[in-house]
Amino acid sequence: MRRRAATNSFLSLEFWSNMAELHQLTLVETLDALARGDCSAEDVARRYLERIAATDSAIGAFLELDPEQVLADARAADAKRRRGEGGRLLGAPIAMKDVLNVKGASCTCGSKILRGYRAPYDATAVARLRAEGAVIMGRLNMDEFAMGSSNENSAYHPVRNPYDLSKVPGGSSGGSAASVAADQIAASLGTDTGGSIRQPASFCGCVGVKPSYGRVSRYGLTAFASSLDQIGPLTKDVADAALLTEILSGFDPADSTSVPAPAPELRANRDQGLAGMTLGLPREYFQGGMDPEVEQRVREAVEVCRSLGAEIMEISLPHTEYAIATYYIIATAEASANLARFDGVRYGARQPGADPIAMYEATRSAGFGNEVKRRIILGTYVLSSGYYDAYYLRAQKVRALIRRDFDQAFQHCQAILTPATPSAAFGFGEKTGDPLQMYLSDIYTVTTNLAGICGMSLPCGFTAGNLPVGLQILGPAFREEHIFRVAYAYEQATRWRAKRPPLAVAEAGRAAS
Amino acid sequence: MENVPSAAASAEKIDVAYVAHLARIALNPGEQALFQEQLEHILDHVRKLNELNVDGIEPMAHAIPVKNRFRDDVPTPGLDHDDVMANAPESRHEQFFVPRILE
Repeated sequence: MRRRAATNSFLSLEFWSNMAELHQLTLVETLDALARGDCSAEDVARRYLERIAATDSAIGAFLELDPEQVLADARAADAKRRRGEGGRLLGAPIAMKDVLNVKGASCTCGSKILRGYRAPYDATAVARLRAEGAVIMGRLNMDEFAMGSSNENSAYHPVRNPYDLSKVPGGSSGGSAASVAADQIAASLGTDTGGSIRQPASFCGCVGVKPSYGRVSRYGLTAFASSLDQIGPLTKDVADAALLTEILSGFDPADSTSVPAPAPELRANRDQGLAGMTLGLPREYFQGGMDPEVEQRVREAVEVCRSLGAEIMEISLPHTEYAIATYYIIATAEASANLARFDGVRYGARQPGADPIAMYEATRSAGFGNEVKRRIILGTYVLSSGYYDAYYLRAQKVRALIRRDFDQAFQHCQAILTPATPSAAFGFGEKTGDPLQMYLSDIYTVTTNLAGICGMSLPCGFTAGNLPVGLQILGPAFREEHIFRVAYAYEQATRWRAKRPPLAVAEAGRAAS
Repeated sequence: MENVPSAAASAEKIDVAYVAHLARIALNPGEQALFQEQLEHILDHVRKLNELNVDGIEPMAHAIPVKNRFRDDVPTPGLDHDDVMANAPESRHEQFFVPRILE
């Protein structure tokens, strides 16, 4: 490794005996090390490439990785630094869920129907990271078109949970969560339509943020449900998530649903503590159906927040029991329209047909997996003549009631604490036979998207079987600073990252952590 | 297991073959039978919404009020033609090639 000589205190004996390896640093720690000259962007990229090569046959997080491109981009970042040019992410490697377009890279969305597609442009979220000097590194596995809660719907290969390879990583951003948890990458981006960032973050013990709807441009994100989708970061700690959320936020003329509000200042909340803050516990989220170990960890987290000065109050979100039904009408309706574009005409794998309709049917039948087909059919049904009012319109009205629940709750508290998921990571095949059971496991996360508010999952301990448990923090729309204030205070008081059990993936001949 | 469905959403069975055709998805008999059962099960759950009185509630299509947003009428560069056409499954003369539409 190339290091700056002599004057650097990081050449001390203490540094070398205590310093984590490069792949174990958080994003912010990596940026600090790069700024000090302890290492180069190329060193960091090489370390992560080695780490991926040594662990990804077990994890399966990556769908595509171009080491030559990564190293070229890293060297370009080093050259920029030598020229004195800046960038808040200069030289930091960040990986993308395979639903975000990166110019020249594949973007399969985890589907066979987009095999061979090469993105002709960068998504705005990607462009914003690049503009700050990030090294964009690899395509991350996911449930096909972001439909799933276990990553078992990837058309390519499963992703395994780094804490227990017999468990799922969650979904749909399963690769984004597993890669960060396994120290294969400094940070990643995912997307969250009904919990697809927060649920895998919870299962894999990382921090995952779903920003308020409209906070982050969706331009270049292959759409699943346009009124629900948001892009957000998955990271090793809260400071990393704050940095990336700040950078991703802001108006984009290319997405008319992005909101012209200034990017939130999140890192300013780091040392504010919780005194004077009121946190709500929704009664309906603690009414059974939850694994007792998950409930115990979340209740312990609530007590930590209380001990840090927060006032805890019970609140009610009375329409919670209707959330799954509402979500699976609205999300599938929007998906059936969005996925109509995959017809074999302009991109993707075409199957021949004598006329256009035969060609569309052959292409879509061969290209989509079962979960995607099921949801397109359901969405087509709820929008079809004679059923629109009974299903889709009614669901939109219930959505308004769910939003009203949150509006009323946030009159009494600044943030809400809940479990992120009813259980820790489950086993492969446990829920694939019964789609409704899989859907019902999204109960704590879908309401955030329906209401358009912001949410986060962060580690709050482990089960007896050493599986991570996630605490969900919800905040009002465009009040990300509330959830980050809670997250910072809680993380500093608990330091789960330091206490985590060893990963199930160690590199041969190297210490795991 | 379900409450009595309202007149609005009766427990009428979904015609999976017909809806799949509307969605331009061809199903084999095995898929059709599987989806029929699974979708009926899901729709049973979804009909739970009939328990609620939603009279007078304004439907919510979006989390934020969305208005038409106009930009200045200034030309900006589009995507590179060759990059876009490189993704076409079939193209001729720099155009997408599709099966005949008119007889």
